[in-house]
Amino acid sequence: MITMKRVRKTYPNGVQALNGMNIHIDKGEFVYVVGPSGAGKTTFIKLMIRELKPSEGLIQINGNNLGDLSDKQIPYLRRKIGVVFQDFKLFTKLSVYENIAFALEVIEEEPEQIKTKVMDVLDIVGLKSKARFNTSELSGGEKQRIAIARAIVNQPAILIADEPTGNLDPETAWSIMGTLEEINNRGTTIVMATHNSHIVNTLKKRVIAIENGKVVRDEVGGSYGYQA
Amino acid sequence: MAIKRKTLTRHGREGFKNIRRNGWMSFASMSAVAIMLFVVGAFAFLIVNTNHLIDTIENDVEIRAFFEHDADASEQESVLEEVESHDSVENVVYRDRDEGLDVFMESMGSDGEVFENLREENPLNDALIIQATDPQMTAAVAEEVNAQSAIESVEYGESILGQLFTVTNYVRILGGALVIGLIFTSVFLISNTIKLTILSRKDEIQIMKLVGATNSFVRFPFFIEGALIGLIGAIIPIAGLTVGYSYLYSFMYDQVPFFTFVEPNPMIWQISGLLLLVSILVGIFGSQMSVRKFLKV
Repeated sequence: MITMKRVRKTYPNGVQALNGMNIHIDKGEFVYVVGPSGAGKTTFIKLMIRELKPSEGLIQINGNNLGDLSDKQIPYLRRKIGVVFQDFKLFTKLSVYENIAFALEVIEEEPEQIKTKVMDVLDIVGLKSKARFNTSELSGGEKQRIAIARAIVNQPAILIADEPTGNLDPETAWSIMGTLEEINNRGTTIVMATHNSHIVNTLKKRVIAIENGKVVRDEVGGSYGYQA
Repeated sequence: MAIKRKTLTRHGREGFKNIRRNGWMSFASMSAVAIMLFVVGAFAFLIVNTNHLIDTIENDVEIRAFFEHDADASEQESVLEEVESHDSVENVVYRDRDEGLDVFMESMGSDGEVFENLREENPLNDALIIQATDPQMTAAVAEEVNAQSAIESVEYGESILGQLFTVTNYVRILGGALVIGLIFTSVFLISNTIKLTILSRKDEIQIMKLVGATNSFVRFPFFIEGALIGLIGAIIPIAGLTVGYSYLYSFMYDQVPFFTFVEPNPMIWQISGLLLLVSILVGIFGSQMSVRKFLKV
């Protein structure tokens, strides 16, 4: 499903973010990506959604080599990958409904289908009652749920989450984890970069640790392994 | 790839909604459009009327060619025919010495009657009153007419004519340069203001791209929005200028009989149409140029 071979990424300013990264993630897995700040987690995520191009190496998602993608094909890749960010990245002027519907309008879904799918996905994240709310009226946890809802409404095979609990209090963080686990149980592969040692150590999953742009540890059911 | 109709409808709707969602920024853009168009439009009216005034002055220029006293009817006839058939001659009127005296007496007002006793021994010449097709050709035509043997002399105010044309030509060139300069400035200012409104929506565009929107999907609503800003921004100045000019025209018509403004119809519609078109195009141009910058995500 996701394969990286000898991937290097050097930024124009000379910083080497990834330095020969090898990873393989199978369909349906739930993977934590951990590591100190600046280890290369964010670069890793940006490479997967082709926000960045690797300087060297091979990245395959669903069998497609991202290096071969033209700029025009990038949107179609992104429609197959849901992404959730620490800062939610919601349209602040739009309603909850409109935020999620946008992802469906992009793929030119039929209007009746949009309505059904948005309400379904709001049901999954438990915010059906807030469809007409403006996103600015929501709490942090609710915003993250909406971001998750938007990320999965197209039923992507992969959900990438960059510090999804980073801005949330512990209780809310746990409820978000519950939602993610439920999505994973439906068959979606989840790759989650996190600094939350408590979650990693409690909700045991495969842990990939990155340091200095390389994988230094990869164990199923592993622990966080850093000072919180 | 052809855009589906429902997607097109969606883009149109979003374009409208975005104007409302970004209320103050839209208002700022439209105000910039309105103010600049008002200035450009007012200036356009000024230039059109200045040209009209210049034309009026220039068209008053005429050549008076006086026949020799002893030139007989057939000689006069042949000169008249030749002048009439000249390419650069717009209009010729034959005025015999009797008419000449009438015109002269009329120009003297009530004192003119004393000249009535001159009619028997009329010292005036029969004359041709000639207007050139292009007023600037006046001197050349006058030279040619003067070369005829039956013509005693020609008059066309040669001393002031050269200066008049120098001045009118300068005014025309200056007016044209100012209009072009003003249009460039306003295009720049309007597209810059629109750029600012989109600059504030960088994040929005970034999110669209991350969710998998194609570039054209992101662009289209901005296209509509830009066109709408241009359109709505143009309405107030066009309405203001139309009403203002019509009022000014009738005011001048009543108060200053010797010089009338250019008739509002159809000039006002032509200028309004042009302003509207420029405004919409600049709106689209401004929005598309600024969106382009943020599409590389």
